[in-house]
Amino acid sequence: MSWFKRTLNSSIGGKLIVAVTGLGLVGFIIAHLSGNLLIFVGREALAEYAEGLRKFPAILWALRIGLVGMAVAHIGFTIKLNLANKAARPVGYAKKTYRRATLASRTMVLSGLTLLAYIVYHLLHFTWRTTDAEIAALGPYEVYDMLIIGFSSPAISAFYIIATVLLGMHLSHGISSVFQTLGINNPKYNKLFRCLGPALGTVLALGFITIPVAVMTGFVTR
Amino acid sequence: MKLKLHVWRQKSPKAQGKMTSYDVKQASPDMSFLEMLDVLNEDLAQKGEDPIAFDHDCREGICGSCSMVINGQPHGPEQGTTACQLHMRKFKDGDDIFIEPWRAKAFPVLKDLIVDRGAFDRIIQAGGFVSVNTGGAQDANCIPIPKHNADLAMDAAACIGCGACVAACKNSSAMLFVSAKVSHLALLPQGQPEKTRRVLNMVNQMDKEGFGNCTNQYECEAACPKEISANFIAKMNREYLGASFFSQEE
Repeated sequence: MSWFKRTLNSSIGGKLIVAVTGLGLVGFIIAHLSGNLLIFVGREALAEYAEGLRKFPAILWALRIGLVGMAVAHIGFTIKLNLANKAARPVGYAKKTYRRATLASRTMVLSGLTLLAYIVYHLLHFTWRTTDAEIAALGPYEVYDMLIIGFSSPAISAFYIIATVLLGMHLSHGISSVFQTLGINNPKYNKLFRCLGPALGTVLALGFITIPVAVMTGFVTR
Repeated sequence: MKLKLHVWRQKSPKAQGKMTSYDVKQASPDMSFLEMLDVLNEDLAQKGEDPIAFDHDCREGICGSCSMVINGQPHGPEQGTTACQLHMRKFKDGDDIFIEPWRAKAFPVLKDLIVDRGAFDRIIQAGGFVSVNTGGAQDANCIPIPKHNADLAMDAAACIGCGACVAACKNSSAMLFVSAKVSHLALLPQGQPEKTRRVLNMVNQMDKEGFGNCTNQYECEAACPKEISANFIAKMNREYLGASFFSQEE
């Protein structure tokens, strides 16, 4: 297995892990948004979905462990690669001009770390329900009411919206990068690949933002 | 035209360097950037000061020697041009110009603007060649090469190994250079026998030299005086992952 260790320790192997785990996490985000949007179908649909998720504990736990594993590998390998990147330039430039790097690509670490902090809060808020007594008092499948209570606070909604915008930026660079890193590249598709990140990032971010906005504007009420 | 230069001065590899300012009183817009530095160096020499050391050789844009970051951009602001082919007409009278060496751990500064690019040589030694051990060259037309591949190989082979990609990258990654060298040979029939070992060894050497990891910002492509496409990096990734997972190389 020496070749396997060598590959994982290489620059390209490390990038492969970040790309593949990132892609897996994007899959989760798409599934998560699809479920969340049931809020616009109604209270029962959302409750049914929440109950359905827990019907098969073995599958749920396998997915959860896989998800945490992917997140840990994604972050771990990013830290490793980033430390190597910092070490590769011990002395910086007095003046540096960027020509092509996008804002999203230059803020990947910032957006990623903010998302990590957000995910911890999000789990405390809606999964473990430790931040709000009113939410803690709800039944396990009263997701509809949970969202309305949760997003009735403008500060919390604002934090969710900011985190979601950062998620969109993170994905806009990340998704397009996956193709480059995996070497999936052909002049016939390159334009599509470079546009897919910003397009999917924008659609997913807007999708998530609709929920706090719908609650705050009173579009979704009890 | 009058200019104010801010130049990195460093006496030796171990010495502490710093930015030093110089006034250039008479520069012509027709001068190349290096000629402007020559004029300044004449001045410095006459005053008994140490002239600014910088690498240069052909001065016609093909050797890859001249290596300086001008106003935060390797080889300066002009697209697809080496510093020696950059002319002062690209600047305005009274401009402030920052001149710094390539910045990378793998390219240690030797003096002022001169860095040691031996790391690139060692990467080439690790696999950037085809072995022709014996016999005369066979007739060129015996080896059919699709026109498209020949053109692509030539695009990659245009790399002059100047190191601007490393200097432009925020991570000091050498992936554009290595990918150009890997792709150039991988696209041609002569490169096939050593294809897998070549990419494994060259990437391994690249990592060993302490270059950073690509974060797909494509600053390298924008800075490259030969306009090598970052698509070659994707090709190298494909070659490397293919060689790692699907070849019999250990």
